[in-house]
Amino acid sequence: MFEKLQYYFSFPLVGYALTVALLVSLCASLLGVTLVLKRFSFIGDGLSHVAFGAMAVATVTGLSNQMIIILPITVISAVLILRTSRNTRIRGDASTAMISVGALATGYMLINLFSKSANVAGDVCSTLFGSTSILTLDRKEVLLCTGLSVIVLLVFVLFYNKIFAVTFDENFSKATGINADLYNLIIAVITAMIIVLAMSLVGSLLISALIIFPSITAMRVFRSFRSVIVCSAIISVVCAGSGFIVSLLCETPVGATIVTADIVVFFIFSAVAGIKK
Amino acid sequence: MNKKIICHNASLGYEDGIVTEDLDFTINSGDYLCILGENGSGKSTLIKALLGLKKPVSGEIIWDGFTSREIGYLPQQTPVQRDFPASVREIVLSGCLARCGLRPFYNKADKKLAENNMKQLHIEDLAGKCYRELSGGQQQRVLLARALCATSEMLLLDEPVTGLDPKAQSDLYELISGLNKKGITIIMVSHDIGASLKYASHILHIAKKQLFYGTTADYINSQTGRNFIETEDGFYV
Ligand SMILES: Nc1ncnc2c1ncn2[C@@H]1O[C@H](COP(=O)(O)OP(=O)(O)O)[C@@H](O)[C@H]1O
Ligand SMILES: [Mg+2]
Repeated sequence: MFEKLQYYFSFPLVGYALTVALLVSLCASLLGVTLVLKRFSFIGDGLSHVAFGAMAVATVTGLSNQMIIILPITVISAVLILRTSRNTRIRGDASTAMISVGALATGYMLINLFSKSANVAGDVCSTLFGSTSILTLDRKEVLLCTGLSVIVLLVFVLFYNKIFAVTFDENFSKATGINADLYNLIIAVITAMIIVLAMSLVGSLLISALIIFPSITAMRVFRSFRSVIVCSAIISVVCAGSGFIVSLLCETPVGATIVTADIVVFFIFSAVAGIKK
Repeated sequence: MNKKIICHNASLGYEDGIVTEDLDFTINSGDYLCILGENGSGKSTLIKALLGLKKPVSGEIIWDGFTSREIGYLPQQTPVQRDFPASVREIVLSGCLARCGLRPFYNKADKKLAENNMKQLHIEDLAGKCYRELSGGQQQRVLLARALCATSEMLLLDEPVTGLDPKAQSDLYELISGLNKKGITIIMVSHDIGASLKYASHILHIAKKQLFYGTTADYINSQTGRNFIETEDGFYV
């Protein structure tokens, strides 16, 4: 078994892929706590479908660097979804569902109409579920991913206290002179960045799992904001690492394996919480 | 200079209509104002408007001398807060954020202030506890400690005693009254007419429109006041 792993890790690509997997999962879990607590997890779900649509557009244009298209579209959609979800006239969840399903359908149609690839079904499947594609990352993509993750982490650490306040009680923050709208915007933008990052890892359908599972799991057992954040980060990184290795050994899809690991840990924590009571 | 909040012919409402109108009063620094009114008469809406969270539909609300950095706010509890994983210390400290400005982390002075306010409200033993596992009275005191971290000037309290047992209620009233004597302006929404008359210097009574604004003594002698006190009798002796 160790020989097999050693053999795999002798390829630099595998090391890159692992780095990306760990960083992306870490970012997703940190933000996940805020998104779940703000009842915003549906935004993450909606955005992942938008990112799929954007990816389809990027594929059709045939650009080599697809990020140039995917990232701005997703960030703009994040801002729009946040706006509409605050509008009391239009039901936020319904409009988000409309945007996301619309993007999914349009994206799939575009790929079918214009794709030059021989294996359209395979391409679509790998954008939805993530495939072994993470092993085909090159150095440049890894650097980009690392850079974006570091930005997300820095923003999160620097604004940690403000994110807590805005998540816990937005009205109080606003009343005492904190620019809550700005912090909500920051949260939306970094959520979009994480989703774009995570798409190559787990595919657009499974992204929400990376965002939601570690934080819900941590909340089962821990009772303060900081401990929930720390625990969810640890769970996420451990699951990403172990899921990645298992997927190499058993030749299962990376994304699905990582998410399965998250689910297993969720049940373990639920059981622990049950016993404690 | 005397600081004031002036509410000038304001009407408040949402997309589906006006909630309350003809609001016309001035709150001076050092006042203890109680806002009375039936459920749904727009008391919470008025508090939000005073805080600047909501614009009046017409008329204006002017802050003369106060800035939002000097305001503490004790909201009516919302369901989101109830299952939130947060320790008492984390919540109280978050009241210091406005003082931090661009500084990303809390400094010694902020932590000291949070400590002192927790001591003042007798919740220092609870600092590491989870907020959602506290009793209603303890939760209110945590939120009050947070509000005190945010202000040394003015407190707005929206039904602070709801859900507390009588002993905890009177403790909280005494505490708020003590803060007022130290010079903090108090604006409080309350259902408890007895306590309002006992502690407040001014009363604002609203329904579809402003029914009364003036000092507590005048309120007791006014027609509005007498009617309200009669229907709520038993509270007021
Ligand atoms: N966010 C809102 N959107 C629309 N209507 C609201 C909203 N909040 C409160 N209202 C309405 O405004 C009226 C006054 O509410 P509120 O200010 O909470 O009353 P009170 O605090 O005096 O019980 C109620 O009829 C309520 O239905
Ligand atoms: Mg109310």
